[in-house]
Amino acid sequence: MLYELLGGLLIGAAASLLWLGVGRISGMTGVLSSLFMLTRNEQWRRRGWALAFFMGLVVAYPIYMLSGGEAPIEMSDNALLWASAGLIVGFGTYLGNGCTSGHGVCGMGRMSLRSVVATVTFIATGVLTVAIMNMLEVGA
Amino acid sequence: MKALITAFASGLLFGFGLLVSGMNNPAKVRGFLDIFGDWQPALIAVMGGAVTLFAMTYALSQKQSKPWFSERFHVPALNRIDIRLLAGASLFGLGWGLVGLCPGPALVNIASLDMRVLGFVAMVLIGNRLAHHLIGPVKNPG
Repeated sequence: MLYELLGGLLIGAAASLLWLGVGRISGMTGVLSSLFMLTRNEQWRRRGWALAFFMGLVVAYPIYMLSGGEAPIEMSDNALLWASAGLIVGFGTYLGNGCTSGHGVCGMGRMSLRSVVATVTFIATGVLTVAIMNMLEVGA
Repeated sequence: MKALITAFASGLLFGFGLLVSGMNNPAKVRGFLDIFGDWQPALIAVMGGAVTLFAMTYALSQKQSKPWFSERFHVPALNRIDIRLLAGASLFGLGWGLVGLCPGPALVNIASLDMRVLGFVAMVLIGNRLAHHLIGPVKNPG
């Protein structure tokens, strides 16, 4: 549980840094939507932070691996499964304006009722999905 | 420029957090969601640690008139709890449970060049744009 706590504190520190330094919520859904807005030039001043954040996020993996870290990725090989999951996640997070980071970490930390409701909802449907898949013995 | 460097550092830290905690591993996340089966509750500590630390920072920031390197704090304007929020969060949870990837871990895993991850990310982007064109952003926030 130590690594999980350490990881959580790092995520909390990251969210704190972005909030105190730039005044932005570190939500991945917001970052993705902001990246799409960068196709318009006038948005760079307002949304440039999202690209910088995204770049930091992406280079974390190679740096972590080169410094001897281990981060296995065990997931389903079923292309239909991960493709539909990705589509649903992209659609749902846009609709609900947030995911685990924006609602789950920042929103809960701000004690926003909206985010608490969102977090309880997506954890509940996530738990339900896994339970149903196990019941039907659908591999993932 | 300072704002951009800060955002980059924040992304980097966020990524390390996801990797150190094992949150980037879909199988581990599904184990966390498997409450009625072989439950692996350790990931609670990720959310617990992150939420607690951010809650303290957020409370402290109330005494600060503006962020260090930008003009103002962008407090989310949306407070509504409506059908759109519930539908979106429900769908997100469904997709999350199917493979165990949410957007943050998926983005962190991009550099692994794992085809499954890249495919998932591509579909997330398509889903995001689909919702943008079919439904669009929330009107009249607040």
